[in-house]
Amino acid sequence: MSKILIIGQQADGKLSSSIAKVVAAAKLIGGEIEVAVFAKDGSAAAAEAAKLDGVTKVLQIDRAENDHALSAVVAPQVVELAKKGYSHVFAPGTTFGKDLLPRVAAKLGVQQVSDVMAVHGPTSFDRPIYAGNAILTVEAPAAPAVVATIRLASFAAVGSGGSAPVEKVSVDAALPSHTRFVKLEAQKSERPELQSAARVVSGGRALGSSENFKVIYALADKLKAGVGASRAAVDSGYVPNDMQVGQTGKIIAPELYFAIGISGAIQHLAGIKDARTIVAINKDAEAPIFEVADFGLVGDLFQVVPELTSKL
Amino acid sequence: MKALVSVKRVVDYNVRIQVKPDGSGVVTDGVKFSVNPFDEIAMEEAVRLREKGKVTEIVAVTIGGAKCEETLRTALAFGADRAVHVKEEGEVQPLTAAQALAAVFKKEGAQLFLLGKQAIDDDANQTGQMVAALLDLPQATFASKIELDGAKALVTREVDAGLETLEVDLPAVVTTDLRLNEPRYLKLPDIMKAKKKPIEVVSLGDLGVTAAAGLKATKTAAPPKRSKGVMVKTVDELVTALKGKGLI
Ligand SMILES: Cc1cc2nc3c(=O)[nH]c(=O)nc-3n(C[C@H](O)[C@H](O)[C@H](O)COP(=O)(O)OP(=O)(O)OC[C@H]3O[C@@H](n4cnc5c(N)ncnc54)[C@H](O)[C@@H]3O)c2cc1C
Ligand SMILES: Cc1cc2nc3c(=O)[nH]c(=O)nc-3n(C[C@H](O)[C@H](O)[C@H](O)COP(=O)(O)OP(=O)(O)OC[C@H]3O[C@@H](n4cnc5c(N)ncnc54)[C@H](O)[C@@H]3O)c2cc1C
Repeated sequence: MSKILIIGQQADGKLSSSIAKVVAAAKLIGGEIEVAVFAKDGSAAAAEAAKLDGVTKVLQIDRAENDHALSAVVAPQVVELAKKGYSHVFAPGTTFGKDLLPRVAAKLGVQQVSDVMAVHGPTSFDRPIYAGNAILTVEAPAAPAVVATIRLASFAAVGSGGSAPVEKVSVDAALPSHTRFVKLEAQKSERPELQSAARVVSGGRALGSSENFKVIYALADKLKAGVGASRAAVDSGYVPNDMQVGQTGKIIAPELYFAIGISGAIQHLAGIKDARTIVAINKDAEAPIFEVADFGLVGDLFQVVPELTSKL
Repeated sequence: MKALVSVKRVVDYNVRIQVKPDGSGVVTDGVKFSVNPFDEIAMEEAVRLREKGKVTEIVAVTIGGAKCEETLRTALAFGADRAVHVKEEGEVQPLTAAQALAAVFKKEGAQLFLLGKQAIDDDANQTGQMVAALLDLPQATFASKIELDGAKALVTREVDAGLETLEVDLPAVVTTDLRLNEPRYLKLPDIMKAKKKPIEVVSLGDLGVTAAAGLKATKTAAPPKRSKGVMVKTVDELVTALKGKGLI
């Protein structure tokens, strides 16, 4: 039977919303599902993990060194833990999981399966390659363990009606001091988080300035939507990097996506393939974004978007 | 200080990828190949660090078949002093690539290893982290700023929450994100000069690497196609359409 270890990403004691999606992927395999929380004090995050449907046990590994969850520090602990009879080690496809898990896989001597988007069985998975323009089905060796990151846009979060036991464990691993946290400059926003928002409004190069992005924010606020951007808008400094949607930014799957003044480059489309409904607003009727949009409107965004905002 | 930069030959980012009808892979015959864009950024960064006097020697490395010599010539045109070609015609998965790259890093006695955060063909985003693990070195992935300061590096990383800064002791492994720099256009004299620079050819065996058990590809399929939807003429039509589908 499978025994799955999920790395319970947390920040400031709060469990990441991505974990409920990783549990959903694990449930497709079945067996025991354990979530390990590495923190300075992981009590609150562990309690949240314990509620997720399908979780059979939560492991709380409290250590002062785990405060900022540095991969160089967390990886040796995961490796020690993973050796205790786990068939699978899963992490979310967040920047945290992508940074951490290959370090674990290499130590265990296994190839990692990156960005699992479908589970066919305990060792058979689909993953996207070439910016999602091809889907590869892979068979991973079962021993010593299957190590995989989970593509969040492909799985719906499990509910939180469970009550798994929480066990405090200590892991015996030597931790390096060669990597030190200096600071995190986080964007504070009252808007829904991009990766879990049901609606997202994104703006592209056409916005022309950060000042002009206010037409995007106004529409987003009316829709209670998260806000995203193309790489061109980020590179031009209109918005911060954490808003980039696409192959090398965030992969999202909202119910409703607005692409405004975005041409629809394949790298951008890679981030929105799983959006339920795509609305495109662009002044160029030939823009490739219209090839994938469910609803397209040709027009000048500086007229169309304020009008749309006022009519909602 | 010596910097090692890995460069991978990949299908150019502008190519429209076609899946082979028999599901055995994607069409690569007659398709344009280029240096992985993230590796160009890594190369550019190494050159800039040398221009600032922080790096003294740049070595480029690739793993792959005979055609990868082109990739190394591009790296040499960027400004690498010399190159190492780990020649392997067969498939090389990330852990094996990482083992080979780690061996080259050790052999060269480099202090800084710059890699792309992901290769745009396989999109695995693993190799740099694996190299760091195998060498027990610090890793700073998804870098948008690198400052070298004596035996330390200060690296700003693009993470989901914003920008994180780490301080790492050298030697260290750093993987590049898009906004680290904008690679320069190569000039003809540099391309000519690159033709004369030395490339050392080694095999995985020379480096003491045997391929790790890998993932087996069972099928490659095209993703489900989104069909073109409807064009609306006015904002009112759009509002009506979205209301009709219960989306607003
Ligand atoms: C390795 C690599 C990785 C990449 N990763 C990503 C990624 O993760 N995400 C990403 O988004 N891109 C990514 N890119 C970049 C991508 O190729 C495109 O360059 C980018 O998406 C273009 O952004 P854009 O659509 O905003 O700009 P443009 O392509 O310049 O499009 C602007 C659009 O706005 C329209 N427009 C102009 N004015 C108006 C107006 N007044 N009203 C309405 N419409 C108007 C134009 O008709 C045009 O279609 C990557 C590229 C590379 C090489
Ligand atoms: C099941 C499976 C089957 C495959 N079959 C084939 C096949 O038949 N033919 C084929 O050509 N490929 C095949 N591949 C893809 C090939 O193995 C990948 O290139 C490899 O897995 C590395 O992944 P990546 O480049 O996405 O690594 P990433 O971790 O995304 O790469 C990050 C960085 O590591 C460095 N790097 C990685 N590889 C190299 C390299 N070779 N040389 C120099 N630097 C490098 C680069 O700096 C790169 O930017 C297959 C992969 C899998 C998983």
